[in-house]
Amino acid sequence: MSKHLRSRYPFTTLFLFISAALMIFPFAWMLLSAFKTPADVYNYPPKWIPSSFKFTNFAEVFKKIPFIRFYANSIFVSVVQTVLQIWISAMGAFAFAKLDFPLKKKLFAFMQSSLFVPEIVTIIPLFLLAAIAGLVDTYTGLIVAELNCAFTTLLLLSFFQTIPNELIDAAKVDGCGYFRVFLKVILPNSKTAIGTASLFAFLTHWRSYMWPLIITNDVKMRTLPIGLKYLVTETGTEYQVLMAASLMAIVPVLVVYMFMEKEFVQSITLTGLKT
Amino acid sequence: MAMKKKEATKVYSLKKEQQRAAAVMMTPLLITLILLFLLPVLLVLIMSFTNWSMTTTTRSYVGFRNFLFVLNDGRFWKAFGNTLFYTGIKLVADTGLALFIAVLLDKKIHFRRFFRIAHFAPVVVPITASSLIWLWFYDPGIGPLNQIMSWLGLPSMQWLYSEKTALLSVILFSVWKGLGYNVILFLAGLQSIPESYLEAARIDGASERQVFRKVKLPLLAPVTSFIIMMGIINCFKVFTEVDVMTPNHGPLESTLLMVSYIYDQSFTRGKMGRGAAAAIILFLIIFVFTMLQRRLGRKEVSFD
Repeated sequence: MSKHLRSRYPFTTLFLFISAALMIFPFAWMLLSAFKTPADVYNYPPKWIPSSFKFTNFAEVFKKIPFIRFYANSIFVSVVQTVLQIWISAMGAFAFAKLDFPLKKKLFAFMQSSLFVPEIVTIIPLFLLAAIAGLVDTYTGLIVAELNCAFTTLLLLSFFQTIPNELIDAAKVDGCGYFRVFLKVILPNSKTAIGTASLFAFLTHWRSYMWPLIITNDVKMRTLPIGLKYLVTETGTEYQVLMAASLMAIVPVLVVYMFMEKEFVQSITLTGLKT
Repeated sequence: MAMKKKEATKVYSLKKEQQRAAAVMMTPLLITLILLFLLPVLLVLIMSFTNWSMTTTTRSYVGFRNFLFVLNDGRFWKAFGNTLFYTGIKLVADTGLALFIAVLLDKKIHFRRFFRIAHFAPVVVPITASSLIWLWFYDPGIGPLNQIMSWLGLPSMQWLYSEKTALLSVILFSVWKGLGYNVILFLAGLQSIPESYLEAARIDGASERQVFRKVKLPLLAPVTSFIIMMGIINCFKVFTEVDVMTPNHGPLESTLLMVSYIYDQSFTRGKMGRGAAAAIILFLIIFVFTMLQRRLGRKEVSFD
């Protein structure tokens, strides 16, 4: 059977191999180049395989920029943002999906309309507000301004609607208040949806660029995407060091992606994460 | 009679309880929406009619002067033209290639999982890090791309460092970056086509090409329109990759896009009034496409 299949589409398979190789090539280049010596890089023609596999470039990264600090900032900010955003969204989504209250439709439309407005529009006044509130170069400033909950709320809302009302009624008969229903019935029954929404939120925050660029000036407050740029200089970027840093920035994401491919694909395609 | 009254109070108190619970649970969401959406939108509207600037404290009403400035600014139209060029090329390349690869992946072949993972990997990786890899690719002196060009017997190019090719280079990067996303969407679309439709066409003697053109392609129309519309909207929002790869808008500002223009006016030059006006113009453009996209069909959340 398998032989039959392989011989049936030899060109398709060949083409896909070439195309897949092109897609992966930049990562392979980065991986190899992270080990190159300056001589390998500036050699003409450039060397593709490093002459030795030493970790000098990685050490160089830590010498040149506060890489660990950038990493820690990114992790801290993205994790706090994700937790807050999912918590706020889940509560709101529960209210929209299962509770009856005045102005519900109006509030829903209000939330939906926030999705129409691109980041660059709100970022100008947000910067002013943050500056007035003294939030420049603070974690609060980094975290709060990007708690855009509308999308995650919609995502969770459409899932919460599929939870049968009988489950909620049963808990109510047992004397639970709505908040307990939320904690004990809704959340445990929507682990997948919460996981998808969290992954989406985390990826969005992890790659966030424009807001962290504007709201931080202090090197110590920079997040990873901005911090990496310190390695690019007009006088001549040391590419091998840059690649070592990029590698360390990318690998955790790639590893998790390879293990959770389905979840990644789902959370990105379902939600239309900006590519 | 008494029973009914009791029932009524019960319903009434249940309603009250629901409202109280909703008030508590909606509050954080409403606070974020007011603070991060409503207030900024109102402010940006106000700012666009003032000479708001980062360097001075005088803020006075200037009417439509900011809008007139932006609409008469050559740089704005350059940014607009560049964005249209970017959108056009990227969309054609992206949609065509993605559909082609999705059709191939839809066949029963080996290594499908691997192919899917490989094509989707660039989507997952943060833009900054991948832009930095490509920065090296495009280095005219020591970059691998020019080396490959010479192997193929092609002349070496200046890539990001020439006004002629800078924007195209950024587009090539973003096609690589975003292709997998559309592949997955097309693939999902293809796989949702019922096998019976295809069988029926084949029994009627349709060739594979005919099956594709007459059955699959029409059934993919909703996915295609979604991809194109979202593609347009996202192209108008591009900022990160151009800012990382061409920090000063490229040679002769050949990679100046809409968002870069707004950012430049508001934050680099500090003319926030003008930036706000340009941002509102961009919003209106995106709004039109968003409305079109919603018209072309998408399910609405309903409370019934």
